[in-house]
Amino acid sequence: MTLNERQDEIIEEFSIFDDWMDKYNYLIELSKDLPEIDPKYKTQQYLIEGCQSKVWLYADLEGDKVRYSADSDAIITKGIAALLIRVLDNQKPEDILNNELYFLDDIGLQQNLSPTRSNGLLAMVKQMKLYAMAYNAKLKKEE
Amino acid sequence: MSNLNIQKIRNDFPILSQQVYKKPLVYFDNGATTQKPQVVIDEELKIYTHENSNIHRGVHYLSEQLTQRYEDARKVVQKFINAPHDHEVIFTSGTTESINTIAFSFGEKYIHEGDEIIISTLEHHANIVPWQMLCERKNAVLKVIPVNEKGELLVGEYEKLISTKTKIVAVNHVSNALGTVNDVKRIIEIAHQYDIPVLIDGAQSVQHGKVDVQELDCDFFVFSGHKIYGPNGIGVLYGKEKWLNQMPPFMTGGEMIKKVTFEKTTFNELPFKFEAGTPNYVAAIGLAKAIDYIQNVGLENISTYEKELLDYATQKLEAIEGLKIVGTAKEKVSVISFNLENIHHYDAGMVIDKMGIAVRTGHHCAEPLMQRFNIEGTIRASFSFYNTKEEVDKLCDAISTVKQMFG
Repeated sequence: MTLNERQDEIIEEFSIFDDWMDKYNYLIELSKDLPEIDPKYKTQQYLIEGCQSKVWLYADLEGDKVRYSADSDAIITKGIAALLIRVLDNQKPEDILNNELYFLDDIGLQQNLSPTRSNGLLAMVKQMKLYAMAYNAKLKKEE
Repeated sequence: MSNLNIQKIRNDFPILSQQVYKKPLVYFDNGATTQKPQVVIDEELKIYTHENSNIHRGVHYLSEQLTQRYEDARKVVQKFINAPHDHEVIFTSGTTESINTIAFSFGEKYIHEGDEIIISTLEHHANIVPWQMLCERKNAVLKVIPVNEKGELLVGEYEKLISTKTKIVAVNHVSNALGTVNDVKRIIEIAHQYDIPVLIDGAQSVQHGKVDVQELDCDFFVFSGHKIYGPNGIGVLYGKEKWLNQMPPFMTGGEMIKKVTFEKTTFNELPFKFEAGTPNYVAAIGLAKAIDYIQNVGLENISTYEKELLDYATQKLEAIEGLKIVGTAKEKVSVISFNLENIHHYDAGMVIDKMGIAVRTGHHCAEPLMQRFNIEGTIRASFSFYNTKEEVDKLCDAISTVKQMFG
């Protein structure tokens, strides 16, 4: 599935919710399904500190694709992190860099990425793209 | 029982009648900023519509009129805190600028290598960092008064911190994060036994009850307009003239000078020495209006009613299983900080928000205090006299929902 197909799939899933509480309940479910990050990456080095909640992010290159894992101390943040991983994980670095993330806006969660929210998610997206950039450069070098 | 007509008061605040997420707004973030009564909003609009002109500069009609109103506003503040002289009342942009001004200016004159400055564990970052920076510049030492488990300052420990090197004590009157009311009168008395001046950060106290700077005998008292139902961008620095006259200006520019040549500049007298540039005269006059407003409501009435709300909310919240109130001082204003067992404060805040209730979550710009209690943050509900018990009930319902969702 392409990156944008995954975004559209999430938009489709969220379209059935007309209540905020349903959306949050779904995010809570998603947070539970997020594969656990290897404890050795749940350290200061991989911590993206927000004012409100913390996010740990690790990325690795598997073949020509980026593999992400993440965790958060807040459940809603973790649920949104799970969505970001669902979209960006196992994609080629250049696809991660060249596609816009529009699904959060569409499902009404964009406010969670505003700089004032300080929940670590904006920094997480930035860090995910930075990893993609680094791996993109690495792949180009190897070509 | 208080005798305030809360419904009538609520009608004075247009923002309170709106809905958020299709639910009636419950505004419990008064510690961060208070809402404005219509009279304050009208006052600012009126100035911009009919009266605007730069003050102290023009010889023309508008300038003279508004200069008078700005100086009248200063007198309103003077009376409000019972300062001996109006020139001891300096308008700043807010508490933060007031503290920075004192830390810089007092620090330039009186702080030297090895000197000590005392603050407390309860401080907002705005009353920590300016002193930290000063200590770095001057190689001085910051000492911190500890708190007990209830969030009360340990006055005995404070006395032990005082030494011959102590040059100033800076503590808040009321803790923004916990609501603790500090016995600042005692703190000042003790410091004065050693001729040490004391700054009181009143950002969270002036809106809850009567403050008399002469009775407290504090050397400096600072607060913000926007937390006392006034406009943004205005604050107050009260200082005894014996200090202010000795202290050098913090910022320089227009209005604060007496004479400028390229060789030398002499500075204007108080209060202008500390009001460089065009002051926010619109907000200063708006602040005077806000002070008039709360004095009409009555600070005694406000204290009594808010205490009633605090007691009601404390009782209701304490009854919720897994809810822990952080900060249980004997003397508190209407602020309740709490955490829910095994639930992140951010998650709770997100859901409470969607119920139309505005609370604050996080460390409340008091990280060292959170570290003292070994927590990342809290959920804080801060009540004003326009809040109601029914609104407190809604918060309790929202907390039940949070517990169901995350429990």
